[in-house]
Amino acid sequence: MIISIASGKGGTGKTTVATNLALSVPHARILDCDVEEPNAHIFLKPEIKEKVPVFIPVPKIDKERCNGCGRCKEVCVYNALAVLKNDVLVFSELCHGCGACAYFCPQKAITEVNKEIGVIETGNSRTSWGGDLEFIHGKLNIGQAMSPPLIRAVKKYIDPAGVNIIDAPPGTSCPVIESVKGSDFCILVTEPTPFGLNDLILAVEVLRKLTIPFGVVINRSDLGDRKTDDYCRKENIAVLMRIPFEKEIAAAYSRGMTIVEVLPHYRERFQAMFEMIRDGKKK
Amino acid sequence: MSVKQIVVISGKGGTGKTVITASFAALAENKVMADCDVDAADLHLLLDPRIEERHDFKSGVTAVIHKDKCTQCGLCRTLCRFDAIGDDLTIDPVSCEGCAFCSFACPSKAIEMKENTAGEWFSSQTRFGPMIHAKLGIAQENSGKLVSLVRKKAKEKAEHIGADWVIIDGSPGIGCPVIASLSGVDCALVVTEPTLSGLHDASRVIDMARHFQIPVFLVVNKYDLNIEMTGKIEEYCRKEKVPFIGKIGFDKTVVEAMVRGKTVIEYSDGEITQRMEDIWSRLQKEVSYGKG
Ligand code: SF4
Ligand code: SF4
Ligand code: SF4
Ligand code: SF4
Repeated sequence: MIISIASGKGGTGKTTVATNLALSVPHARILDCDVEEPNAHIFLKPEIKEKVPVFIPVPKIDKERCNGCGRCKEVCVYNALAVLKNDVLVFSELCHGCGACAYFCPQKAITEVNKEIGVIETGNSRTSWGGDLEFIHGKLNIGQAMSPPLIRAVKKYIDPAGVNIIDAPPGTSCPVIESVKGSDFCILVTEPTPFGLNDLILAVEVLRKLTIPFGVVINRSDLGDRKTDDYCRKENIAVLMRIPFEKEIAAAYSRGMTIVEVLPHYRERFQAMFEMIRDGKKK
Repeated sequence: MSVKQIVVISGKGGTGKTVITASFAALAENKVMADCDVDAADLHLLLDPRIEERHDFKSGVTAVIHKDKCTQCGLCRTLCRFDAIGDDLTIDPVSCEGCAFCSFACPSKAIEMKENTAGEWFSSQTRFGPMIHAKLGIAQENSGKLVSLVRKKAKEKAEHIGADWVIIDGSPGIGCPVIASLSGVDCALVVTEPTLSGLHDASRVIDMARHFQIPVFLVVNKYDLNIEMTGKIEEYCRKEKVPFIGKIGFDKTVVEAMVRGKTVIEYSDGEITQRMEDIWSRLQKEVSYGKG
C-alpha cells in the first residue's frame, strides 16, 4: 500500500505527519520525494547504508563526425543545443535527456553520457520502542532543475508488498504529481488559516484530477478560524486527524524530534489514522 | 535611480515569507509587487488585488496521437523515455514531457504536439500599488517560466510608472522556480524559522543564491519558539558571512491580521510592526549602499 503525504504549501507539518505516521506503523518504509528539500532524515536520523548517484543521459558530440547539419537542434524542443560550424554546444542544464538528438543525428555523431542530477540514500531508522523503519530519500544537486527523474528513481524503491509512506514536495506542480502518482491514498496536511485553506483547495484540485482518494489532517488546529472545517464538510472531505498547537510539539520539531517521541500517546492516534485509511481502502 | 528588485525567499513555504513580503508592500514607497509563488500564491489574500488585465500563459506542448493515421507500429512507445505512451498507444498527458521525440519519429506523422494553456497571469491594482501575479494550472510544469514572466512584467510595470522597487514574494524550494525568482535581483532576504529543518533549508537556498552571486540577508521568524536554535542560526550566519538582519517573535496578531486580510503593519502598532520596519529600513540601506 502506498500512502503519500502532501500539502498545498510547505511548512504546514507535512513532514511531521509523514515521519510520525511512518514511525507508528510497524515495518513501514518512508520515501522522501521532496528531493529539493528533503527533511525527513532530520527527524528519523537514519543510518545511511548506501548512496546511489542518479543520472540523466545527456548528449556528447563527436566533433570528428559532426558536419554541422543542425538536425539535432531542430528536434530539441528545450533549446539545449547550439550548432556551430563543425560542432554543437550542449547546455546540459536545459537537457531533459529525451534522446531525440542522438536518434536523429544523420552522422551518428551523438552519444549519450551520464550526468549526475542527485543522489539516493538508503538506510534504516530504529525507534526507541524497537521498531525498524526502512528509509529512502533523494537529494537533488544544487543548481539542478530536473527533479522528476530523481523522484522516479526514489519511487523505484517502493515495496509493493509493504506499507510505503511517501513524503511529497509541497505545491501542485510537476514534482508533486510525480510523487503522488500511483498512491492508494493521499493525506493532505493543512492549517486552519486563510493561507492554509487557499493552498488546500489547490491541492484538492490536483488529487481530484489524478483521482486519488484523500483525506485531510489539520495541524495547529486551534489557531485560525473555522473555514477549513466548513470547507471540508461542504466538499465531503474526511478530516482524519487534528493536531493542536502544543509548545511541546513545536519545541520537539525545532530540535528535530518527532511527536511520538515526546508524546507517546500520539502513536496510537497515528496508528488509528493508518487503520482508518487501510480499512477505508478495502471497502 | 534604476529599479531595485528584492526577493523574499525561504527554502520552504510556511515560514512567514508572504507575511513579510506583504509588510514590505505596506512599508516601501513607490513600488510594484510580484507574487512569484505561482504554485500556491497567497499574497493576494493580504493585498486584495483588483484584476485589471488577465492573460493566458501558454507553455509547453503535449503529444496527442491521431488514431486514424496511426498504423500501430509501436515505435513511439519504444522511444518515449518518460513512460508516457501506454500499451494501447494512448498518451498520458500527465507523464508526457512534451519532448516531441515521438512526433518527429512517427513514420505516419500521426502525432501532433498541442500547446498547453498552463495558467494565467494578472496585472492588478492594490491599495499599495500595482501587483503582478499568476496562477499556474493544476499539474502543469514550467512554473519557472511563469515566474520569469511575472518577474518580467513586474519590472516592465515598474519601469513604466517610474517605481523604485519591485518587491517579490519568491517561490519555495531550490528548483527551477526559485532560480527564476532569484536571477538578476539586487538582493534576497531569506526567512527561516528556528528549527533544525529551517536552518537546513535556509542554508540550501543561501548556497543557491550565492551560486548566482546575489547578496543574501537572513531573518529568523518566530525566533522565540527556540532561542537556542536561533543562536545556532546566528552562529551559522557569522561563519558563512551572511548578514543576520533581524528576528521576529511568535505573534498571534499575524494570524489575526491574516484572517482579516490585512498586513500586520496595518493591523497592529505592536512589537512586530516595529521589527518589520527595522528590517525593511536595513534592507533598503543595504541595497542602495551596496550598489553605490
Ligand atoms: S545532427 Fe549530428 S551532424 Fe548534424 S549538427 Fe547535430 S551532431 Fe552534428
Ligand atoms: S537529449 Fe533531448 S533534450 Fe537533451 S539535447 Fe538531446 S534533444 Fe535536447
Ligand atoms: S509511431 Fe506513429 S504510427 Fe507508430 S504507433 Fe506511434 S503513433 Fe502509431
Ligand atoms: S512527447 Fe516525448 S514524453 Fe511525450 S509522449 Fe512523445 S516521446 Fe513521450
